[in-house]
Amino acid sequence: MNWEALWLTVRLATLVSAILLGLGIPLACWLTYSRWRLKFLAEAVIALPIVLPPTVLGFYVLMALGSRSPLGRWWQSLTGHTLAFTFEGLVIGSILYSLPFAVQPFAAAFSAVDPRLLRASASLGEPPRRTFLRIVLPLSRAGLITGFALSFAHTLGEFGVVLMVGGNIPGVTRTISIDIYDQVQAGNYAGAHQTALLLLIVSFVVLSIVYGLNRRPWTVGPWK
Amino acid sequence: MNPATATDEPGTEPHPLEVRIRRRFVGSARAFDINVHFRAGTGFTILFGASGAGKTTALDCIAGLIDPDEGLIVAEGETLFDSERNLRIPPWKRRIGYVIQDLALFPHLTAIENVGYGLRFMAPNQRRQRSRELLNMFRIEHLSNRRPAQLSGGERQRVALARALATGPRALLLDEPLAALDRPTKGRIIDDLRQWNQEHKVPILYVTHSSEEVFALGEQVIVLDAGRIIAQGRPHEVMRAPRLETVAQLSGFENVFDVTVMGIHEARGTMTCRIGSGPLELETPLVRADIGAKLSLGIRAGDLMLATESPRGLSARNVIPGVIRRVDSRDVIVSAVIGCDGAEFEVHLTLAAREALNLVPEKNVWLVLKTHSCHLMIA
Repeated sequence: MNWEALWLTVRLATLVSAILLGLGIPLACWLTYSRWRLKFLAEAVIALPIVLPPTVLGFYVLMALGSRSPLGRWWQSLTGHTLAFTFEGLVIGSILYSLPFAVQPFAAAFSAVDPRLLRASASLGEPPRRTFLRIVLPLSRAGLITGFALSFAHTLGEFGVVLMVGGNIPGVTRTISIDIYDQVQAGNYAGAHQTALLLLIVSFVVLSIVYGLNRRPWTVGPWK
Repeated sequence: MNPATATDEPGTEPHPLEVRIRRRFVGSARAFDINVHFRAGTGFTILFGASGAGKTTALDCIAGLIDPDEGLIVAEGETLFDSERNLRIPPWKRRIGYVIQDLALFPHLTAIENVGYGLRFMAPNQRRQRSRELLNMFRIEHLSNRRPAQLSGGERQRVALARALATGPRALLLDEPLAALDRPTKGRIIDDLRQWNQEHKVPILYVTHSSEEVFALGEQVIVLDAGRIIAQGRPHEVMRAPRLETVAQLSGFENVFDVTVMGIHEARGTMTCRIGSGPLELETPLVRADIGAKLSLGIRAGDLMLATESPRGLSARNVIPGVIRRVDSRDVIVSAVIGCDGAEFEVHLTLAAREALNLVPEKNVWLVLKTHSCHLMIA
């Protein structure tokens, strides 16, 4: 077992799903309550990672982070190195990659809250922001846990994006799924199996939690 | 001579709520146009009409949940909405209590937390005390820690009302909040609400499509139809009585009299009607009629009771002394004709009753007639 890769992966997945919790809640809130006509375009963009080959996503993230892009140059002028092939770059790529797995359950949970409760809250003197905190968030608890767990599990097992953005640097960007690939390449099937089984069990446990929390099965795809 | 001192006549008090709204709905299944203008004083004002008449839309506009296309909404002198000045106070700043039919209790909060929801500005112990007072007033203090799912229909209604009243609203909108309740429960809740309003004196707009509720609550009624106000006034002026029957139904009554309306008692929901040229007068249900109107009064023989002594402590409003003129038996029904002051009544009794009371001609009896056994018809 490559403990270094495992620890790196757990760190990455925890960080990414925590950031997605903070980022996904306002985004899902906007998606749920906005009446913007072109909202469907934003929905499509957020859902892209579900259908896009990870290498394609990884390629564009690499382009965006590299020294030829404005973002990459700005980061380089700030820190002296590019984001590509760093842990930070990996975090950014993973956030984009797992975004729909957090935002979609959040948005589904928010829109499942009875709008009459929101109206009742307003007529009791609570402005929308406080209504969101006091009514929508507590009633969406299962959806929030689902989104957190799914983005965690999804980041845990990513491969293509990591390879494109992070490369394969031990202790920096070599995650557990890349480690499995390396072990297979090296003919070490027993080691690969050990690690693969661990990933399988963790994924199963996470999904069991998710389905146990939601009586309605969570489906991959555009939410209503 | 002292000049008459000016008193607060009910007709001259300032109206705490003025509503003038126009709203057009297009694009839905059918185009709908609402255009209403009314004022409401303190106490109950009933918005009456069939579903789809625009009652709920009117309340939504007052609460600020939807905006009229044009209009003016003023509560306690503060303008909440004015299309001309482009003024719109958001719903959470209007201080308008609103209870909808589905109640919309917060499912994740207990009864006491629901009631205290709008009291965020208070210190926690102050808030708890205020919530407790309201739960107490609606007699559900013992249910403080239950969630809505663990409450009965009537209990939920009380929580919803208490929650709306807790914030001290300057007007209260009730959209059929009691429609799903049985009559005794409904009556008790309304009594509690009346009592609350005696202290607070705010306008209460009460939406219903039940004419029975109009007579039970009504001080003022506004009748809506297809988005327009078609009548406005006191219940008996604008409402058809629940039992104003047609001549076609006349055949079902053994006793039919020509009557004249002598007095209207709105507070009691009754009228006094004189039979023929008098002097006998009966207390009947209130219908839409003016003093002096000629109506027909039908009474079923089976709805009349006889007493051999002057009855006391009865709920029936009409107790009339009379003399038995005839007693006939038809099969198992005993038909007695009673002569009272200027009128004769046919009464149906059982054989057992005739024997127990020894009902024979020339015997003095008292005729007992409930107000609601009097059926008024257009003459």
